[in-house]
Formats: sequence, structure tokens, C-alpha cells
Amino acid sequence: MRKRDVYLFIFVVVIFIFALFITLPFNNGLLGNKGVQLGLDLKGGTYLVYQVDMSKKDPSMTDGQVMSAVQQTIERRVNAYGVTEPIIQIQGNDRIAVQLPGVKDVNQAITLIGQVALLEMEDPVLDASGNQVMDASGNPEFTPAKATGTNGQSEELTGQYLKPNTNVQVDQTGKPEVAFQWDSEGAKLFQQITTRDLNKPLGIFLDGKLIADPTVQAVLSDSGVITGLTLTDAKTLAIELNSGNLVAPLTIIQQTNVDATLGADSLTTSLRAGLIGVAIVIIFMVGFYRWLGFLATIALLVYAAITLTIFKLIPVTLTLPGIAGFIISVGMAVDANVLIFERMKEEIRAGHPLEVGVSEGFRRAWPSIRDSNISTMITCVILYWFGSTFGTYIVKGFALTLFLGVLISMFSAVTVTRTFLTAFVSTSNGKRLVTRGIR
Amino acid sequence: MISALVIVPGIISLAVFGLKPGIDFQSGSNITLNFQPAIQESQLRQELETLGYHDAVVQKEATGDYIVTLPEITSAQSQQLTTDLGTALNTTVTASNFALVSPVIASQTVRNAAIAVGVAAIGILLYITFAFRKMPRPLRWGTCAVIALIHDILVVIGIFSILGWAAGVQVDALFITGMLTVAGYSVHDTIVVFDRIRENMRKTGGEFDQIVNHSVLQTMVRSLNTSLTVIFVLFALFMLGGSTIHYFVLVLLIGVITGTYSSICNASALLVVWENHEWGKFLSWIPFTRKTA
Repeated sequence: MRKRDVYLFIFVVVIFIFALFITLPFNNGLLGNKGVQLGLDLKGGTYLVYQVDMSKKDPSMTDGQVMSAVQQTIERRVNAYGVTEPIIQIQGNDRIAVQLPGVKDVNQAITLIGQVALLEMEDPVLDASGNQVMDASGNPEFTPAKATGTNGQSEELTGQYLKPNTNVQVDQTGKPEVAFQWDSEGAKLFQQITTRDLNKPLGIFLDGKLIADPTVQAVLSDSGVITGLTLTDAKTLAIELNSGNLVAPLTIIQQTNVDATLGADSLTTSLRAGLIGVAIVIIFMVGFYRWLGFLATIALLVYAAITLTIFKLIPVTLTLPGIAGFIISVGMAVDANVLIFERMKEEIRAGHPLEVGVSEGFRRAWPSIRDSNISTMITCVILYWFGSTFGTYIVKGFALTLFLGVLISMFSAVTVTRTFLTAFVSTSNGKRLVTRGIR
Repeated sequence: MISALVIVPGIISLAVFGLKPGIDFQSGSNITLNFQPAIQESQLRQELETLGYHDAVVQKEATGDYIVTLPEITSAQSQQLTTDLGTALNTTVTASNFALVSPVIASQTVRNAAIAVGVAAIGILLYITFAFRKMPRPLRWGTCAVIALIHDILVVIGIFSILGWAAGVQVDALFITGMLTVAGYSVHDTIVVFDRIRENMRKTGGEFDQIVNHSVLQTMVRSLNTSLTVIFVLFALFMLGGSTIHYFVLVLLIGVITGTYSSICNASALLVVWENHEWGKFLSWIPFTRKTA
């Protein structure tokens, strides 16, 4: 064997072992990875796409500013809620995609994220004799409370003056209450308002809905509590107040909830099916091409290991179609080997010696391999674009794994298979076995 | 013409029934429900009617779960529905999956799917023309490959149209994904044959149709083998794989099978016909275009 081929052979073996080392421990990995990243359809959780209503935004903000502000608010809320590894992305001009893996109570999460959560304090509307006016449906009427701020202007008291340390406490009777604190400006306003409304109901509004109207017992300034909510609602409100209100309202335009057990089931069945499929392919290759088939199998294993390593290193998020894409690319990787072997057969039948057959086989088969794989890669690129406009991680995942799989298979066909074949053929045993495989 | 046999029923079905669009294209909501103990499909339908969901479509999965497709409802409403069904039918209901697509997204998906398919066809046409640019009239080669591809796509669409009518199988974004992959792969095979034709044209002279015939015979074994390996894997995935990708794998499976067939039989035959200006003889196979003597 030529020196170059020896080096190449050793290089391939080293890469293979390195790849195995990285791939085999499934749940943790070297190089600081967290193991194989699974897509939402396999982990379970929810995927939401929100449309931001730009018509209701503050005119002084640009669309871009609104989108970043909304993204940050959602991030704060989701992190406070305790979702591990959420993904929040801006899509286009006015959409936000949120992925929440492992979320159990989806509706709670939706309320948490989607609620604008603008807190407003309001004075009661009183009639001449000092009683609160009721509207047509018998609900008490309120009007936004205004007070004079430090700058001498009349300001409404809203949630923007809250300190971000709202939390949920339990009062003496064991009922949950939301305890909040005002900053210095808010405290000034609150003092004026509570003085004005002493012994009268103070309207606490969230997004225009009355959530509490306690009677003001004493003049307050720095802090206050909101009572009358359930524990879950209180916790949600606390998170929302801490994160600040959304600068524009959101509507859900797409949602997918996936159950975790369904995902895990799908994964195991499909992996098993994939293994069986590949096993059949291996049996076929060995049956048809004999010793060459055996070499192709080894090349296949190296290919699979390298591809999985790359998936782990990038990291590529694996969805179920993505895994299917990988399995399919394994089937296609064998393709290249078939092309090479068939070409080799022809060369040898035409009377060329074995080594020439091998190298000519590779040289002549390469244009076919290259062209046919490129066409698949073109469609993968188009699919990737299609997937990103659709806003689904599933289509993108498939396109990416298939693309990478095909790309790596081109490499493995010419490098790995050829290296093994050249090495094998240089031994006299190898020559004999390969020739038998070709007859 | 086996192609005609397979395509014609498909096209008829397409014209009469169309494809069954899933919520990705039509907007709406899907819920996957599991009933313990199991109930009859008719009971489920009836209960949905009673609860006011007149437009519900029910499909039974191989696993025994039911997928209910409704016009758009929220996640909270779906939970209410699940509880209501449980009480009404006296059984434990668990909803495992819920999907909601609004009209905004749905119309966008339809548009993008069409664009994607169009761009793919043109992209492949251009690529083949470029790859075979040193051949005489390479544009014809590209076009024949694309025609073979369209043939494959029609077969897949036709079969799914029949499935949609017979078994309520819906067409969703994964279907388009599968179709585009089939498009890419179908050309795979065609290129192998064209590549051999190109090589033979360089090496030997002779009549074009003889070269093509020769090339096809030479590459038949390898074409079949390369496709067989992929078909084995797909078949295993189809029979044994997870239910969420079941129909996706079916699209790929049908596509690869017809792709192989069309590469061997259709693409090269078309190329010969075109090169030899034999369109008249070819079209005379189709009734209504027979030239009067």
C-alpha cells in the first residue's frame, strides 16, 4: 500500500473511534454538551406562534422596538415560570414563536405569556351623596386615578411604577395575597390617591378588568396587597407584574401541544424500525456483493457514527421526521457504494486488474454520485426555507438532517469506502475475496 | 403504458374528490384523543354532534386513538371538550396532542407550498441543464427529467387523493415535505441513467436511441439496487415506525418506487422520442390526437 493510503486509513479509524466516543453516551456528552437535543415533538411541551397587534402599540415606539420589548417581557415571564430551555424567537415583522418544552399546564402558560398585564389604579365614581355609582349591569364604576407626580404633571398610577419584586404571600387566614411595592414616584402618587379615597373602594384593574376593589383602610404609600385571587392566579399575576406589561397585545395564530409520552413512544418505535431497515439493507448488500458488501457495511457504520457526532456537536435538534431523515440518508449512503461497486465490476469484467478496477471505479462513479446527491441537497435547501416560513421546527429539522446526512455520505463514500477497499485489496487475501465477490 | 394505468385513476380522483387538506392548509384544530375503555367511532361522532361540533371530522389511528379535526378552537376549549366527552360517554378521555392553525398561517402555508414546489422544479431543471451542458441541447435533458418528476408527483398525489376519499387521510405540511424530497430523489435516479448516456455518447457513436437503450440496460442493475436500499429502510419505517410520521414515510415510499420506475422507463424514452422528433408517433398513443391519414 502506498504511504498516503496508510495515513488515510489510520486517519479514518481514528475519526471513527473519536465519533463513537462522542456518540455513544447518549445523555451526556463531551465538550460541554447536554446530550442529544430532542425536538419538541419528542420531548413534549407546547409550541406557540403569536401575532403582535401593532395597531395598539405606543406610537413613539418603532415596530422593531415593540418586538424586542415583547420578546424580553415574554422571556422574563417564561424564565420566572420555570420552563427549562425555552426558545423565544421573533419571526418576520410582527410574530413571535415560543417553544416551551416540558410544560404541564399549557393553559396557565398561555395566560402567563399572552396577557398584557397592565395594572391600573382607579378612583371610584361617586354620585352627589357619596355612594358609588353603578353602571347598567350593576357593576361599580371607576375612573383612572390621577395624582400629581414629581414633575408637577398629572399622572395615572399604573404598573410601570412597580418595583420588580412583587411576590405572593399568605395572610393570617391562609389566603394568598399579591404583595407589591411602588418606586419613589409611584409611592408619591399612591399616597395622594389613598388619601383621596380613604374609606372608599379603590379599583384595581388588570387589562381593563376589575380584579379587586378593597376599601382603603389607611393612607398607604410604599406598598400594598391584592387579595381575592387563587394561588395559581396570584403567582401568575406576580410574574406578570415583575416582567412588566406587554407593550402590544398578542393573539395566538398557531399552537401545537405534544404529550411527552407520545413523543417517547414514537421515538422508540421509529428507532427500532430504522435499525431493522438498516439491518435488511446490510443483509442485502452482503448477499449481493459479498465481501464488498461487508466493506460497505463497515463504511456505513463509520458514516453513521460521524453523522451522529456532527449532529451532537452542532447541535442539531432532532425531531421525529429529522430522525427519519437521518435513517433515509443511511439508506442513500449505501447508494453511493452500490454505484462504485457496479462500476468496479464493469472495469474488472472488461479485463482491467483489480487495483485499476478499484481506482477507476471510484473515479468514474464520482460524477454520478455528486450530481445525484446535489439534486437532493437542492430540495433540502428549498425545504429549509419552506420550513422557516411555515414557522415549524419540524420541517426544518428534516431538511437539515437530510442535507447533512447526504453531504457526509458523499464524503464517506469516497474517503472511507475507498480507504478500506484499497487497504483490503492490497492484501492477497483481500484480492481473492473481492474478486470472488465480483464474479 | 403502465404509467397511464396508475396515473389516470389518480387524476380522476383528484378531479372529483381533490385532496383532503389538513389543518395546516385549511386552518382549524386537531385533537388526539384516547379513550379508556375504548368506544365506537359512531359514538364519538354522535357525541360531537350533540355538543354542537357539526363540522367535526373523526379519523381513527392504528393505535386506537382518534384524531378529531374541528374548526378553530382554543386550547382551553379543547380541554373543556375532552372533559365533556368523558362525562357524556362515561369513559376516561386523555387528550395527548392538540394543534391549532389560524387562517393567517394556513393561507400562507398554501402559498409557500406552491412556491416551494415551483422553485424546486425550476431549480432541478436548471441544475440538470447545467450539469449536462456539454451535451447537445441540454435543456431537453433537463425537461425530460422534470417531466419524469411530475409523473412521480402525480402518482403520489393521485394515491393520496384516493386515500383521502376512502380513509380520510389528510394532507399536511409534512406531505409537502415528503413530496419535495421525492422530487429531489426522483431526479437522483434519472441522473444516473443520463450520466451513463452521456458517457456512452462520448465513447461510441451510433444511433441515439441505441445508445440510450444500451445505457438503460447497463444501469438497470445499479438503479434498482440503489433504490432498493432506500426502499427497504422506508418500508421498515412505514410498517413499524411511529404513527406521527406514518403517512410522511408513505409519501416517500411511493415516491421512491415510482421515481425508480420513471427514471428507467420514462425519462430516457422521452429523451429519445424528443431527439428523434417522434412526438407524432408518441402522441398517437393518446386517443383524440391521432392524425387523420
